[in-house]
Amino acid sequence: MKKLPGTQNGPYIVEAENLLKKFGDFIAVNRIFFHVAAGECFGILGPNGAGKTTTIRMVYGFSPMSEGRLKVFGLDISKDWRQIKSRIGVCQQENSLDPDLTVLQNLEVFARYFDIPKKEARQKAMELLSFIGLDHRRDATVSELSGGLVRRLVLARALINDPDLLILDEPTTGLDPQLRHQIWDRLEELRGKGISILLTTHYMEEASRLCDRLIIIDHGLILVEGKPIELIRYHAGQDVIEIEGPTSELRTFLQDSQLPYEDLGHRLVVYFEDRDERYQKIAQNFCKGGCVMRMATLEDVFLKLTGRELRE
Amino acid sequence: MMRMFTDRISRRFIRVWQRDLKVYKKNWKISFIPPFLEPLLYLIAFGVGMSGLVGKIHYQGVEISYVRFIAPALIGVSIMYNSFFETTYASFVRMYYQKTFDAMVATPLSIEEVITGEIVWGATKSLISAAIMMVVIGFFGLIRYPDGLLILPLAVLAGIGFGSIGMLFTGMVGNIEMFNLPVFLFITPMFLFSGTFFPLENLPRWAEQIALVLPLTHLANLTRFFSYGQIRPSMLWDIGYLLLFGIIFFPLAILKMHRRLIK
Repeated sequence: MKKLPGTQNGPYIVEAENLLKKFGDFIAVNRIFFHVAAGECFGILGPNGAGKTTTIRMVYGFSPMSEGRLKVFGLDISKDWRQIKSRIGVCQQENSLDPDLTVLQNLEVFARYFDIPKKEARQKAMELLSFIGLDHRRDATVSELSGGLVRRLVLARALINDPDLLILDEPTTGLDPQLRHQIWDRLEELRGKGISILLTTHYMEEASRLCDRLIIIDHGLILVEGKPIELIRYHAGQDVIEIEGPTSELRTFLQDSQLPYEDLGHRLVVYFEDRDERYQKIAQNFCKGGCVMRMATLEDVFLKLTGRELRE
Repeated sequence: MMRMFTDRISRRFIRVWQRDLKVYKKNWKISFIPPFLEPLLYLIAFGVGMSGLVGKIHYQGVEISYVRFIAPALIGVSIMYNSFFETTYASFVRMYYQKTFDAMVATPLSIEEVITGEIVWGATKSLISAAIMMVVIGFFGLIRYPDGLLILPLAVLAGIGFGSIGMLFTGMVGNIEMFNLPVFLFITPMFLFSGTFFPLENLPRWAEQIALVLPLTHLANLTRFFSYGQIRPSMLWDIGYLLLFGIIFFPLAILKMHRRLIK
């Protein structure tokens, strides 16, 4: 990691303590603690309106915190914001590219905000365009680009300053599976280079694949923190059976068996630590109407913790 | 409040200005047309069309042709329009639709620098349009050089003021349609009643005094005297007024935009 003069680099890239954000009477982020270690990909998960974007906006110095302590690269965000921001790359949710400028010009203009000299900026821009596979479109105007290309360009732009920390706010929302996988590949490549990543998402698959550690937040509070696989084992177990059109017989069996399950009326979701005799019994006796047998996923954890009711 | 300004505004605002200039240069062929054609249209309409009706007019004790009276004021109007419309409609598009400001504040730039860069860019647009108009109007022998060149720094000074008040409105409006309000209540009356198309002496005393509050009155005075090559002490008042106007509205614009964008 690059070290700047006067920087005390602790082991953590981001340290948030007692972080509080209020909008009037509304508490968006409610005194949370978390840290991001160097080289780590850290995920903030949560339903819409949980406080994800508000949290990362405080980290990149866009919105001031109401209370608490927030350090990035060991520096105080309210004092050393400019130094911190010069070492961060941010991909915001909304497309903020300049529609009047070309692909290359977008990168070069952005490089200037970081005081990167012209020649160096051109070189870096070309490098990044080949990284995202857009070098053949460098003279295209941004308004001509498809949604997927726009997302890739936003990612490239966030890397123009060789950031030590990359902040991504829902990087793949609204993308088709091909593009989503392509973005994931790029992010994994970046993580391999030792860049720290802070990411928000509500795609559990994305979080499982990319994040070393994550928090799930709701109503501004952290519900759990941990490694994806540990969270799955602890909160949802190993295996899941979903039973369509459950019988009353099954419900009685479940109550007696002390298995954790969720009753959605027309469907039952049962969680298993391992494939014991109870698992076998349900698979054999109660799956006449149709069953889905699968591994437990982060989505099970997420739904279990944040509930199934609709948001917003 | 002073601390906010000294800590958060550095010369980096130039980066924002450079971005706007880059986009302008891309479309310069189109951007050049209005300041070029506008004075021509006005000079034909008023010079040829109205002069027959108006003939010569009395202004400050001298008799001058109507064209010579309005031509310098048109430069003043253009200075006002260019900065005001840049920091209202154009800045609003960048802020609201293109999210340009959001992208900028994720870099080492502060929101204060972004807004400063936008206002200075608005003043630059005023400067560009004043320069083009001076060429066109000067071609008809209606500007005395070199005194007329003083209009250029004046365009920057007034551009900062009008750009700041435009930005203040941008900090307040909910949607882009709402700019119609300041345009009809503030800009259009000023366009008509700032001694632009007729001498203020023709108005009743109370109306003349109201007109003295309008910044365009002072700007039109200045463009006129610079064009005539008449430098007089009373112009210090006009310059002072425009300066004061900028000193008041620039920090207000920044404050308002800060409140709007930083939550």
